[in-house]
Amino acid sequence: MDFATFLIQCLNALQYGLLLFLVASGLTLIFGIMGVINLAHGSFYMIGAYMAYALAPIVGSTFGGGFFATLAVGLVLAVLLGYVLEWAFFSFLYEREHLQQVLMTYGLILIFEELRSLIVGNDVHGVQPPEWLAGTFALGEVMTYPVYRLFISGVCLALAAGMWFVFTRTRLGMMIRAGSTNREMVQSLGIDIKFLYRVVFAAGVAIAVLAGMVAAPVSSVYPNMGNQVLIICFVVVVIGGIGSIRGALLAALLIGAVDTFGKVIFPQAAGVLVYVLMALILLWKPDGLFKAG
Amino acid sequence: MNKSKFLFVAAAFVALALWPLTVGQYGVDLVTKIMVFAIFALSLELLVGSTGLVCFGQAAFFGIGAYATVLLTPQDGAPSLLWLLPACVLLAALYALLVGALSLRTKGVYFIMVTLAFAQMAYYVVHDTPLGGGTDGIYLMTKPVLGTLLDLDKPQAFYGFTLACLAGVFGFLTLLLRSRFGRALAGIRVNEQRMRATGFSTYPYKLAAFVISGGIAGLAGFLFAVKDGYVNPELISWHLSGEVLIMIILGGLGHLRGALIGAFAFALLQEFFKSEAIFGEFAKHWHLGLGLSIIACVALLPRGLVGVPGQLAARLSGRLTGARGAPSQEVPHD
Repeated sequence: MDFATFLIQCLNALQYGLLLFLVASGLTLIFGIMGVINLAHGSFYMIGAYMAYALAPIVGSTFGGGFFATLAVGLVLAVLLGYVLEWAFFSFLYEREHLQQVLMTYGLILIFEELRSLIVGNDVHGVQPPEWLAGTFALGEVMTYPVYRLFISGVCLALAAGMWFVFTRTRLGMMIRAGSTNREMVQSLGIDIKFLYRVVFAAGVAIAVLAGMVAAPVSSVYPNMGNQVLIICFVVVVIGGIGSIRGALLAALLIGAVDTFGKVIFPQAAGVLVYVLMALILLWKPDGLFKAG
Repeated sequence: MNKSKFLFVAAAFVALALWPLTVGQYGVDLVTKIMVFAIFALSLELLVGSTGLVCFGQAAFFGIGAYATVLLTPQDGAPSLLWLLPACVLLAALYALLVGALSLRTKGVYFIMVTLAFAQMAYYVVHDTPLGGGTDGIYLMTKPVLGTLLDLDKPQAFYGFTLACLAGVFGFLTLLLRSRFGRALAGIRVNEQRMRATGFSTYPYKLAAFVISGGIAGLAGFLFAVKDGYVNPELISWHLSGEVLIMIILGGLGHLRGALIGAFAFALLQEFFKSEAIFGEFAKHWHLGLGLSIIACVALLPRGLVGVPGQLAARLSGRLTGARGAPSQEVPHD
């Protein structure tokens, strides 16, 4: 492997890892703070990707188009979707056992997949990146690298920084962190915990949808894409330690690197490497790399 | 087991025994398949409902049982059930011993994910190596026999054999859970810390439950391979682990009959929504109906299908005494 190939694989690993982090961070938020195991999280990623495909022409004809306009419309829809879903399906589940939540969110996956098939159909679609990001730049003498992949990494990094800021530096973040530690205590201090949970859930959904929208031009849009990303995101969440954003970031980068370089170096065993890594890490540290806190 | 529960289980098994007399080939095949999944669900129920260990890799033991059946069958002549069945169960139990010994170091969600990891490793071994025919899977050449007494190639004979296995597993687990060992598992589910404080070393108990469960799943895998005469990597995929978990939650955790009811309910719901006679063109979107029914079950039946009589009774007595709403009988596990 020469240096340019190595550099390209590094960039790919970084981009994949950051994208995983984006989806996994919503999962770990909802899981760590609200205690809900949300199997339907992968479906939100899928919904995002399909939004990128389906919304672009609609936004183009009403608002005159533009990549960011599509993203913005998608985000607004995602927040609404998350808010309504929490109200309709999740708000009565907090007192129940975890496995009841698993059953419920499994039902949601089936419904989302089938609605997707009813509305958009079962074909694989490609999504074009915006023109100003469609180019490539040269790496070394023969290799090139698409600008859009760098853009994905940039968006993910910006969001990671934004999340860190909200969590550690704002009053809202403080309330959310307090709510994850002791729900009753926070409520008795006069904070509307139900509203707070709804906001967290909507934010988690919005992040997953955004990840799907941003990733659509690279990954293309296909049925069952949500379920594939779901399991790998659970791996990320668990390796990082449930509820820990910092852990999720580290774990996502680790998984991205192992998966990308695994495919280059041991193509026969690429699929299994991630799970071997997870088993080893959990046998070494049974609570993940960073315990939530 | 009190009288009404005993009557329910007895009636169910009598109905299953009489079933082939009343329906055609399709009905026999369908119920055979459901009974295999019921055995599989019972194996998971021992872990999840009785011991409180949520295993998300149960398909690995099922798949190993199925693959062992095909790979151990010799090229020439039908193998004897007497050695093939125990060998498949033993192989599945051995893998369960390995997985359990390592993954029981973790707890809760981490346990769920480690069991998933080990199942995925088994999946990729059969998926990516020529050992089990890769992604194409392999066919079972000859089905096992028991001398001249039993030929599993005949659907009726296979139905009877599967029913006998189901009854055997159900009876075995009932006795097991009533024994001192089963009580210890229940204690571990409710409060492991306290069990340790009373002098039980909980790890060997959990490991033993894990191995027994793996063996039973291996039995289900054996039956599945013999029934279809074909195995492929999908038998080890996490979708199957998830589906069997959904079955027992749907049926109601903490009761062996819950696993039976759940396996039947899940399969029959699928059959119902897939039926073109009822839904016509829409039948290809059967996931939608299944998903909606599952959500309705979660919303309306917090204790699963097995809790329905209790809920009805509570509502009825509530109406008779004029009390508003049924008293909650939820016992939180944690």
